[in-house]
Amino acid sequence: MSDFDSLELRGVGRRFGGVDALSGLDLTIKAGEFVALLGPSGCGKSTALNCLAGLLPLTHGEILMDGKRIDTLPPERRGFGMVFQSYALFPHLSVEKNVAFGLQMQGRPRAEIDSRVREAIALVKLGEHARKLPGQLSGGQQQRVAIARAVVLEPSLVLMDEPLSNLDAKLRLDMRTEIRRLHQSLGLTTIYVTHDQEEALSLADRLVVMREGRVQQVGTPDELYESPTSWYVADFMGYRNILSATVVSASGGEAVVQLPGTAEGGARLTGRAVGALAAGDSVRVAIRPDDFVVTQDASDSAGAGAIPGTVSVVEYHGREHAVGVQTGDTMLHARTPTAPQVGGAVWLTAPVERVLVFPESLDAVVPVEVAA
Amino acid sequence: MSGGGQQTGRATASLRHRLAERGIDPTLLLLVPGLVVALALFVYPFSYGIGLTVQPTAAMQEQWGGGILANYVAFFRDPFVFDSVWLTMRLALPAALFNVLASVPVAMVLRHRFRGKRLLTSLLVLPITLGTVLTAQGLLIFAGRQGWINRALLEFGLIDEPLKLVNNYLGVMFSLVITGFPFAFLLISSYLSGIDPSLERAAKTLGAGWWQRFRRIILPLLAPGLATTFVLTFVLAFSVFPSARLVGDAMGETRVMSLMAFRAFGEQNDYAMASTIALMMGAVELLVVVAVLGLRSLLYRGTTGGKG
Repeated sequence: MSDFDSLELRGVGRRFGGVDALSGLDLTIKAGEFVALLGPSGCGKSTALNCLAGLLPLTHGEILMDGKRIDTLPPERRGFGMVFQSYALFPHLSVEKNVAFGLQMQGRPRAEIDSRVREAIALVKLGEHARKLPGQLSGGQQQRVAIARAVVLEPSLVLMDEPLSNLDAKLRLDMRTEIRRLHQSLGLTTIYVTHDQEEALSLADRLVVMREGRVQQVGTPDELYESPTSWYVADFMGYRNILSATVVSASGGEAVVQLPGTAEGGARLTGRAVGALAAGDSVRVAIRPDDFVVTQDASDSAGAGAIPGTVSVVEYHGREHAVGVQTGDTMLHARTPTAPQVGGAVWLTAPVERVLVFPESLDAVVPVEVAA
Repeated sequence: MSGGGQQTGRATASLRHRLAERGIDPTLLLLVPGLVVALALFVYPFSYGIGLTVQPTAAMQEQWGGGILANYVAFFRDPFVFDSVWLTMRLALPAALFNVLASVPVAMVLRHRFRGKRLLTSLLVLPITLGTVLTAQGLLIFAGRQGWINRALLEFGLIDEPLKLVNNYLGVMFSLVITGFPFAFLLISSYLSGIDPSLERAAKTLGAGWWQRFRRIILPLLAPGLATTFVLTFVLAFSVFPSARLVGDAMGETRVMSLMAFRAFGEQNDYAMASTIALMMGAVELLVVVAVLGLRSLLYRGTTGGKG
């Protein structure tokens, strides 16, 4: 069980008492790839990971490694490494013995175990803590032990289940870099589950966004960031302003929409239509805070249209300010280099190509598998 | 004002704070009623009992010698009394060991979710609510010479004469298992649920089969709990009295220490000798408990990662 060329998931599904936690997952992973499964809690991403690890039996579909079925193998015979959210270190064993556990299970000779364990511990920079018990280490150190324990076996596939979510913000950044470094130096095929889009974007070669047990979109970080195929994915990719709207007219890939939630009976915006839209359709409009331009004068608003509002919150963020603009009963988020007056009247506008107009229904979206 | 300046005037800290500085915690006053009760109902009677042991009757002194220690001399020299230590051990040790060891696989299996789990757990725990006397009575009816078991076995022609299942060692052992097992099972279940299930999942992904997972992960983490459970079920079994009398062979092979103490107290009216036997009973239990807890202190006793 060492190397493989491709791992293929075909229609993988898992049902819990009549509810589909995961259904119809099709995914092909190539050796050396770093794939992130992204989605909110309950979207099926952890279920998918546990199915891959063999900790949960599948109810539908099959998993093939270079054409051979592996979903019928018990987890201890798949030879995958797994890193758990709770670290799951053996509390009664020292760091060394935790890392050595898998090698001992394989019945490796003692000398080999010793040298590989030492290497793995050095790789995660825990040399001086080798003889400590997990309880004597900090959260970040424990997670590094967990990673060392998984990679020391040189597994054909490493599965990571939200490994950073129990760490504080600063440590999370450091560990993210660490994981990326390990992946680049060891070239281990990795599947990484997270609900944090920044983590997914910065680590993965390919992202799988999931919703209610189904794949919503698959693509490279760049593809997902620049061209989400649904407002659900856009929401994950930093489009913080998602507004309900109605199409007034649509032509040539552009759509004019009316925003009923905004002031003065509904401002009009022109945006890029994603998918086929017709006048009268219910849609969601997605705009990133950085793409909004805050102006004092509506005439600046080129062709896209402008939304009138009142500045209600200004937060200092170093180089720029995060501004909350109240319009009708919705709050819009924008970023500006200079702080506007709280309570002042402003107009928000955005370039047409930066305003994405999506059909409201998510089920109509066909997940696009982008050949990588 | 500089940090090292002399403090003047009244201290502004509260009385509680000032007492705390001197190591006095007024909350400890809440312990007083408890201490009074413990003194009156435990410490005094216990000391009185110890006092009794060194006031042997004239008859004892005459028979065994040893002055005020005549009761102790009698305890060690009189085989009828001293053998009861061995007879009690012979019951309590295997019973406690069986209860602990049998509980482990049952508790392991009952960790998983399956249909009827609640019913099965209830059935296993139910005997804890039966008194020892009821258990003994039930055993006599069920397993006696004319009991259902023997009648059924005779009926089917599997045996020629009734098996002797009660009024002997076996009867008391049955009773100790029936009352002790649920107790051990409950304790071990709770110790097991304190072990983070993701540890076993991690061991699985690292290639460990079920025996290796049990041997290398579950057992070391469970061992302190096993020791504690053993101690508790042992003490429970060691002080067996009703079943030793009702389903045992009270003057023969189940002549346990508590029966001997009762005989001295109830039949011979020798309170001093009864106290001596009771005290020695405590001493033997203490020896076993100390030995087991001593072994336990060598084990890993930190967190087990679970809900504890």
